[in-house]
Amino acid sequence: MREQLLRIIEKNSRIDLKELAVILGVEEAAIIEELQKCEQEGVICGYHTMIDWDKVGVEKVSALIEVRVTPQRGQGFDKIAERIYKYPEVNAVYLISGGYDLLVSLEGKTLREVSSFVSDKLSTLETVISTATHFILKKYKDHGTILEKKYEDTREKVTP
Amino acid sequence: MRNPLADKVADIPFSGIRKFFDIVSEMPDAISLGVGEPDFDTPWHIRDEGIYSLEKGRTFYTSNAGLKELKMEVANYLKRRQGLEYDYNKEILITVGGSEAIDIGMRVMLNPGEEVLVPQPSYVSYEPCVRLAGGVPVIINLKEENEFRLTAQELLDAITDKTKILVLPFPNNPTGAILEEKDLQEIAKVCVDKDIFVMSDEIYAELTYKEKHISIAQMPGMQERTILINGFSKAYAMTGWRLGYACGPADIIEQMLKVHQYAIMCAPTTSQYAAVEALKNGDEDVREMREAYNQRRRYLVHAFREMGLECFEPFGAFYIFPSIQEFGMSSDEFATRLLMEEKVAVVPGTAFGACGEGFLRISYAYSLENLKVAIGRIRNFIERLRKEKQ
Repeated sequence: MREQLLRIIEKNSRIDLKELAVILGVEEAAIIEELQKCEQEGVICGYHTMIDWDKVGVEKVSALIEVRVTPQRGQGFDKIAERIYKYPEVNAVYLISGGYDLLVSLEGKTLREVSSFVSDKLSTLETVISTATHFILKKYKDHGTILEKKYEDTREKVTP
Repeated sequence: MRNPLADKVADIPFSGIRKFFDIVSEMPDAISLGVGEPDFDTPWHIRDEGIYSLEKGRTFYTSNAGLKELKMEVANYLKRRQGLEYDYNKEILITVGGSEAIDIGMRVMLNPGEEVLVPQPSYVSYEPCVRLAGGVPVIINLKEENEFRLTAQELLDAITDKTKILVLPFPNNPTGAILEEKDLQEIAKVCVDKDIFVMSDEIYAELTYKEKHISIAQMPGMQERTILINGFSKAYAMTGWRLGYACGPADIIEQMLKVHQYAIMCAPTTSQYAAVEALKNGDEDVREMREAYNQRRRYLVHAFREMGLECFEPFGAFYIFPSIQEFGMSSDEFATRLLMEEKVAVVPGTAFGACGEGFLRISYAYSLENLKVAIGRIRNFIERLRKEKQ
């Protein structure tokens, strides 16, 4: 049940518990218990809301930054990753295989804010060798959700 | 001018679904639970293969029986899922949907006057196809008390010395009924005893929510007397691609190929390439869609029982078949009023045979959000009806 439960709330964390119990064919109490377990075990790490800020008229600039670093003895990439992810404007930090080491996802109010973060904070870190900043121009799909297109039922309305 | 029409054709009535279709088409804010096809788009990797085949210029006829690679994949699939062995070269025919397979199967097997047993409620095309092929349809009225399964006794009672074919439409549209191993064993025994062929329409085989689907062809002595019909429409959400297949004894398939060759040439080439991808890499998609249908099924059965409408638990396809007998109205009347008063379209059970009277077919090939709104409206409607009755 856990996998199915997680698949559903991954898409809709606001789903009613009674409804969850019905569609999974189990008791509501079992759902509550399972959710608590998942939270305690850190399987569920949070309940967020996907917002298209463009539609609110709030200016936001997002960027993906490739960072090449020198790994540190005994600590590998973890220490530098930690120094980076502690900045609140950093959304995500991934260790990446291939041409660079860390991928940092960043959100700021303006272009200037993002660039000054990169030039003042990120590039000046001791072990950072180089950075390449990619500004996001448009989001088509995020968290598995297509942002622009609305679902339209184009089927014939009654068929055998 | 003399009558241009053949009696055989003119005498066949139009489907009972048409009336509702016409009304709903004029009603933009109606919610329909009347659809007999998946709401999912065909998985992208399958569509992508179709597109790729067009880009590569695969725009010609395939061989009449279908692409060799596709027939081999069908054989693999039936082996993998059902443990059935078919020779891809002689025992598999790729058709334009399962529908074509039903049509040409009847045409190939029936001599004038030979009888075909058609359990109802069931899909609308069996009876007309039998008539057009010169056969005589004999209806078996399935019963709610048996959860609309076909029993061996019902079968025995319907057999005459003219009976040649039994149509076995399970998992069933419109009732959602399935047959399990024990049911199939008993039916198989009768078929072997009485020397009857089976046309097994297994288009909903992947959409079962209890045990894995079992085919009648898996029963002892049955593969040699079964035409197994399946396709891509329901399992892979590929209705518009029009692609299905028939598997059976080489002598029957060979004759079906002949009719198919003269009538159709071959199934759509683009669809065949896409279908190869579906069978090779589509198991996970099928699993995900099945799980989504199952969640909606549980939701609907629960909702109808909460409303106090009798409804056996259906374990197949994507329909539930609740009874509305308590209201003392015909299915048609109920469905018409529901549409007019609450703008929800459902299909009266009678569209699938006279014994569907007193029932509705409700499709759950819709998102949960959609179903919730519809259920709210149905609830209003039946509460009003119950008040009227008091």
